[in-house]
Amino acid sequence: MDFLTFLQISDTAVRFAIPLLFACLAGLFSERAGIFDIGLEGKMLAAAFFSAAIAALTGNVWIGLLAGIGASLALSIIHGLASITFRGNQLISGVAINFLAAGLTVLIAQAWFKQGGRTPSLSDFGPNARFTSITLPYADQMEDAGALGLVYSELISGHSILVYVGFLMVPLTWYILFRTRFGLRLRAVGENPAAVDTAGVSVVGLRYAAVAICGILCGMAGAYLATALQAGFVKDMSSGRGFIALAALIFAKWRPWYALWACLLFGFLQALALRPDAVERLVQIDIPGQLLDALPYILTVVILAGFVGKAIPPRAGGEPYVKER
Amino acid sequence: MDVMPKWADALLIPLISIAIAFVISAGVIVAIGEDPMAALNTMVTGALGSSYGWGYTLYYTTNFIFTGLAVSVAFHARMFNIGGEGQAMLGGVGVALVCLFIPFPHWSVALPVALIGGALFGAAWAAIPAYLQAKRGSHIVITTIMFNFIAGSLLVYLLVEVLKPPGAMDPATAKFAASTHLPTFQDMFSFGEKPAFRGAPANVTFFFALVSCFAVWLLIWRTRLGYAIRAYGHSEPAALYAGISPTRIIMIAMLISGGLSGMMAINTVMGEAERLVLNSVEGAGFIGIAVALMGRSHPLGVLLAALLFGFLYQGGAELSLWTNVPRELIVVIQALVILFTGALDNMVRMPLEKLFLLFRRKQPEPATTSPKPAE
Repeated sequence: MDFLTFLQISDTAVRFAIPLLFACLAGLFSERAGIFDIGLEGKMLAAAFFSAAIAALTGNVWIGLLAGIGASLALSIIHGLASITFRGNQLISGVAINFLAAGLTVLIAQAWFKQGGRTPSLSDFGPNARFTSITLPYADQMEDAGALGLVYSELISGHSILVYVGFLMVPLTWYILFRTRFGLRLRAVGENPAAVDTAGVSVVGLRYAAVAICGILCGMAGAYLATALQAGFVKDMSSGRGFIALAALIFAKWRPWYALWACLLFGFLQALALRPDAVERLVQIDIPGQLLDALPYILTVVILAGFVGKAIPPRAGGEPYVKER
Repeated sequence: MDVMPKWADALLIPLISIAIAFVISAGVIVAIGEDPMAALNTMVTGALGSSYGWGYTLYYTTNFIFTGLAVSVAFHARMFNIGGEGQAMLGGVGVALVCLFIPFPHWSVALPVALIGGALFGAAWAAIPAYLQAKRGSHIVITTIMFNFIAGSLLVYLLVEVLKPPGAMDPATAKFAASTHLPTFQDMFSFGEKPAFRGAPANVTFFFALVSCFAVWLLIWRTRLGYAIRAYGHSEPAALYAGISPTRIIMIAMLISGGLSGMMAINTVMGEAERLVLNSVEGAGFIGIAVALMGRSHPLGVLLAALLFGFLYQGGAELSLWTNVPRELIVVIQALVILFTGALDNMVRMPLEKLFLLFRRKQPEPATTSPKPAE
């Protein structure tokens, strides 16, 4: 594999990693606050549809992004109601949300656009209907300026704005969780809600806040899928990315910076699966693409099994909090 | 604790939850500009109006009984097995291998061997997550989800690279030998000139599913093992104190669960397609979750819930055929059923409990209940 091919695959890897990263950070907020969320997939899918649909109807991708975030937030509120207010099973609620999104998106898409459960291609709705790639300054000139220049022009430049926002979210998440009072409380509520309650801080309020942040980030993940990575919504387009994000979250042991590396790794695996020729040249044996597809899940199981460093979830995760009387 | 009588807990709450789910579903149909009554009419006619419709409804019901029982057995041990989909896929591989490579003289010989094949493969696929849960504490929900995806990739690999007959285009195994053909309802119930259940895929597996319901009931409520499973599900410390090994219970419950999911493949792979195709499971593993929640993890409840979902599945197919409502309506209904009977259970339960308390207070208080203050 020559350097340029490697850069091209890395470039694709970044594109694939971004939706994972948004969803992974979304899950990070939720699970750190003690709310398990296996509904990341559904929220992403709902956001993908509504962002593409509204972008197509208004011709403005920013309104589409807002609509996507709104849809994802609505599902978050359902999850919050079920798992915080009514103290139901968070996992079952997540499963329900995934199916709700999978069904409703196709149903509404068919009712609105009559194209068999998809939105029309956003490229027909003017230049503002989707996020286009940004060429960073001097990217074209840097192309001939050695290896670093090539990295700049091929890998760093030429992504949509959401990619850069996604990368910024990592330090931001780290800062919020580990350097602010809100973050401390949020982490505490995931480990020992009774202690937070005793300190006079609302457990319910904190958990709803975490679930809402999760909704917003999932909304961005979905909007990226439908308006930046691809031009429009197709049925089931999240195709398990929410679960890969969940895997990345466990892989990263619920920490923001590790989440970035995990998502980049899983994105790279997805990108490699698209280039079997490059893989074959590199390792000299024929690796089936299905193995590359399954690798994120296999790695997660290995990590979960605790053979390579044990992944310990937040202690109060999945438990509804009942105030003592 | 026992604010409500048993019948309210077992019947009233699920019925109210389902009613809410269906009212919202009707709202969804209205919102996309269709008539819910007409839709219901189409579904009833399509699924129950002919022996053909019944043949499909019962075919789907068979699938959902197996996956519903699978989720239920795991629920009794307080394990949430989301991996039914993957376990059923692997069960399909087991059934296909048996049917492809063993020359059977007659289906009655093939059926038990294929059952064992499907159950073994399904159970094996559940065994790894179960072992990791029991011994390493890895969360069973996450591992079974991951195993669903791994199963999907494995199935693609097997069908594309290994089991596909040379020269064939689509990723599927060769057709099974005619001697493994299971008798369909058409073969069994067509008397005289007019064939009943013509072309419908319901087959002898349905009766086996009914037997499985009874067997699971026997296991859970009439055996020592079932008692141990339920005891573990209610309270792990209590089970430990009683000398019940958590590892053993987790492993056994999950192996039975995986085995039941795997047996579903008899119906789809051997009974209907008569070869292994990529999407033979078609989400039935996930519908098992809705079925188990709705049926309150009781075999009789699972049977009724599976029948309802069988009707919804076939009715939904008819609906998408004759009207503008896509098949995904069923996914929405399924989601709402899971949401209201599973996650939002307390939303119905809390007000209902208050209601029952209200009525109880109006009756004259029995003298035994309230402790008297010390004089």
